[in-house]
Amino acid sequence: MSVPAALAARLSESDSPATALTIRGIHKRFDRFVALQQIDLTVRQGEMLCLLGPSGCGKTTLLRIIAGLETQSGGTIVQNGRDISQLPPVKRDYGIVFQSYALFPNLTIAENVAYGLVNRRKPRAEVKARVEELLTMVGLPTSGDKYPGQLSGGQQQRIALARALATSPRLLLLDEPLSALDALERIRLRGEIRRLQQQLGVTTIMVTHDQEEALSMADRIVVMNHGVIEQIGTPHEVYERPATPFVADFVGKVNVLPAVALGGGRYRASRLELQCAGDCGDYAPGTSVRLYLRPEDRAVDGALDGAPNRVHGLVTKVEFLGGSCLAEMSIDELEGLPLHLYFSLNQLHDLGVRVGAQLEVALRSDRIRVFGAKGAAQ
Amino acid sequence: MSAVPADVLPLRRSPSLRHSREDLIARGVLLVVVAFLVLFLLAPMASIFARAVQDNDGHYVGLVHVRAILATPSLLHAVWNSIWVSATVVLISVPMAFVFAYALARSCAPLRGTFRLIALIPLLAPSLLSAIAFIQWFGNQGVLKGALQWLGISTIYGAPGIILSEVYNTFPHALMILLTALSLADGRLYEAADSLGTSMWRKFFTITLPSCKYGLISAATVVFTYVISDFGAPKVIGGNFNVLSVDVFKQVVGQQNFGRGAVVGLLLLIPSIVSFVIDNRVRRKLRAQLSARSVPFAARPRRAFDLAMTAYCVLVCTLLLAVVGMALWTSFIQLWPYNLTLTLDHYRFALVEGDLAPAYGNSLKLALATALFGSFTVFIGAYLIEKTRGLDLVRPLIHLLAMLSMAVPGLVLGLGYIMFFNHPHNPLGFLYQTMPILVLSVIVHYYTSSHLTAVTALKQIDDEFEAVSASLKVPFYKTFFRVTLPVCLPALLDIARYYFVVSMATLSGVVFLYSPDTVLASVAIMNLDEAGEIGGAAALASLTVCTSIVVCLLYALATRVLLMKTQAWRSLSRR
Repeated sequence: MSVPAALAARLSESDSPATALTIRGIHKRFDRFVALQQIDLTVRQGEMLCLLGPSGCGKTTLLRIIAGLETQSGGTIVQNGRDISQLPPVKRDYGIVFQSYALFPNLTIAENVAYGLVNRRKPRAEVKARVEELLTMVGLPTSGDKYPGQLSGGQQQRIALARALATSPRLLLLDEPLSALDALERIRLRGEIRRLQQQLGVTTIMVTHDQEEALSMADRIVVMNHGVIEQIGTPHEVYERPATPFVADFVGKVNVLPAVALGGGRYRASRLELQCAGDCGDYAPGTSVRLYLRPEDRAVDGALDGAPNRVHGLVTKVEFLGGSCLAEMSIDELEGLPLHLYFSLNQLHDLGVRVGAQLEVALRSDRIRVFGAKGAAQ
Repeated sequence: MSAVPADVLPLRRSPSLRHSREDLIARGVLLVVVAFLVLFLLAPMASIFARAVQDNDGHYVGLVHVRAILATPSLLHAVWNSIWVSATVVLISVPMAFVFAYALARSCAPLRGTFRLIALIPLLAPSLLSAIAFIQWFGNQGVLKGALQWLGISTIYGAPGIILSEVYNTFPHALMILLTALSLADGRLYEAADSLGTSMWRKFFTITLPSCKYGLISAATVVFTYVISDFGAPKVIGGNFNVLSVDVFKQVVGQQNFGRGAVVGLLLLIPSIVSFVIDNRVRRKLRAQLSARSVPFAARPRRAFDLAMTAYCVLVCTLLLAVVGMALWTSFIQLWPYNLTLTLDHYRFALVEGDLAPAYGNSLKLALATALFGSFTVFIGAYLIEKTRGLDLVRPLIHLLAMLSMAVPGLVLGLGYIMFFNHPHNPLGFLYQTMPILVLSVIVHYYTSSHLTAVTALKQIDDEFEAVSASLKVPFYKTFFRVTLPVCLPALLDIARYYFVVSMATLSGVVFLYSPDTVLASVAIMNLDEAGEIGGAAALASLTVCTSIVVCLLYALATRVLLMKTQAWRSLSRR
């Protein structure tokens, strides 16, 4: 993962970094459809916050309400101590970048970037210098005289970013900025946006449906579903300690095993008894639960000695993913419920993982997450 | 997390954002557009409904007029005449246009572009022109009068003449709809059929015809409505054959019987509304039919088929040109059939010497004013609906009114204008019989198609421009003038050209609204023809067509130059 863990940790641990944006009880309904329910959220000064969720979860609606492009049905938004809940977009302080770039096609790149500056009656030379500075910043110093149609998608999105940053807004809103780009360009721009954001220290809210994007770019992730916030946390927290089954399912891959609590951190899935050692809740014996285990949370080979939760299984399928492989294993005690496990390409060869092979692995007891059969984690 | 059930949430009205100055400007202009459409479309229509149940002094009389009409056999006869003549024209015009469109879209016939242009010429002419031309061909002194009698038709005046003229007038309307339907085909369906070894006929009946079903329905309703509410052709070539549209004119202008005129006007509104509803449904289906992934159909050369199609196109184009050609020739010869020497006398009479000499100049003025004001009104209205926010209750109203204008035949609109603006208590009465009211009536009458052009152009530009401007603190109107308008300039010019051309040719709406000072070319053609000055009428009609052709050429030139100069960004695009 490319997020500097130290930074993420610093941001999440520091007790009260200055608050850039406070959202209180925002809700939104369209006729009979409720898009957002009582959203409470605090955005810290200078952080990159990602709103992550499947389409229709309300993340874009929330961003548009913050921008004043959509009107909330209730609740307040305070930006840097100023209540902006009722202000029209023109009166708010933010720059915005859309998935569609929204560059003015009949204006040159320089004119596009200068669009907000010219309106502030700045001297021409000053505008020109600022435009050059911004174009250099986004890595396109010589494109000023071109038209948007002459640039690639990634270049256009860089220009859109420069235009949004031109007036030095205190808040940057990114609405799926990378979704229209091809895979390679997307990864390249991902890094650049993050670098710029940290360099300028501008508070940023980004909407995305791509979990990888959120994990790699954000200081904190807000996972949303059905108009509700499921979890707020650093990328590591969200991935390693998902607060709800939805988060566990949506962020990363996961095995779900229906099980019954036996007490003392022990659970039985079908005929397989598993020991859970992490923060796996305290379920009364007999309670129906679900065990969540990520495919990489298994030990093999040398790490097997003395490890709990050792199981034997038959490899039934191997999906080749490049540097790693996803193996499907059939374990007798699980009675037909398949288990998906990652192996690196080297492990694949060293352990002889192939269809038809017998394999012994240990499921890491400290990684198993337990959720009630219906509700959230305890 | 706190998941509050939806039904527990307080159910109060959304607090609206405080308005910025820009919001207020946008709303203000939007209200002006609404007021314009209400005043010049809705109110006149309402007056017709009111007048249908009043006597000439404004007293409520209930259904007296309706009963009177039901008791008048000649009027019931006119209803029946209108219906069967319109239906006959549909049965001739639509298949004719379908084959022509098929040739243009699905064959490799040469000169397809030229054929298309020739087929669109009738759009440029007042509907009177074809009637005059057919009189010259088949009238009492007609060149081919013998051929008519050989066919067993005693005279062109009446149903045969109306049908011929209207087939000519409606041909391009049907053609354009069918051409769109045929060119929207998905090439992959044909490739799939070919790979299964399907015969040509089977492909036609299982793929082509079903995919054009909606286009055919739409063309049929458009043609039917056009014919039933057209006034020019039946007036000139109809003789004693009574149809509804001419009857309204007689009731109102001849006998000053407003109540009865209003009822007949409402009768004319029925087919229009029905076809409007059908057309709206069909359009929606047509849009849904075409998926974004479909591959355009590309015709492959087939010798015999292409040859047959070329022959057909040549035949139709010859017939169409024979009509304009006859009008043109009539305008240049002394007096058919006695004196065939060439002369400019008719032009001199129509433009300089006759009582109706100002007509051509008036038409030009009307066309220019309509093109200018119409295109801006329509574009600004469409822009505000598409790209700004607020006044959510008013927006659908504008769209509804904009679409409704298509459903009101010109004759009915004109009738509404008399009843509304000529009303003694209307403070806007000073507009009656002036040039401005002619301009306004034409703008409203042709609002729908212009509105749709503007909306289409606006939908193609990014919806987020206004949001971006707001975030950059640039008022929306600056972005409108700096970005939206330049980007949409081709569409704006297209609307202006459309308004110019229809203003030159329109008759049915303005026939109720002109005064001796504001007489228009189309009205003058009708009056000259009535006075027996068929040469002068032909001269004026030819001049109208030529003016529109010139304007279309100028438009083509202007767009090209503009595209090169101000739209450099288009040609530079990578894609």
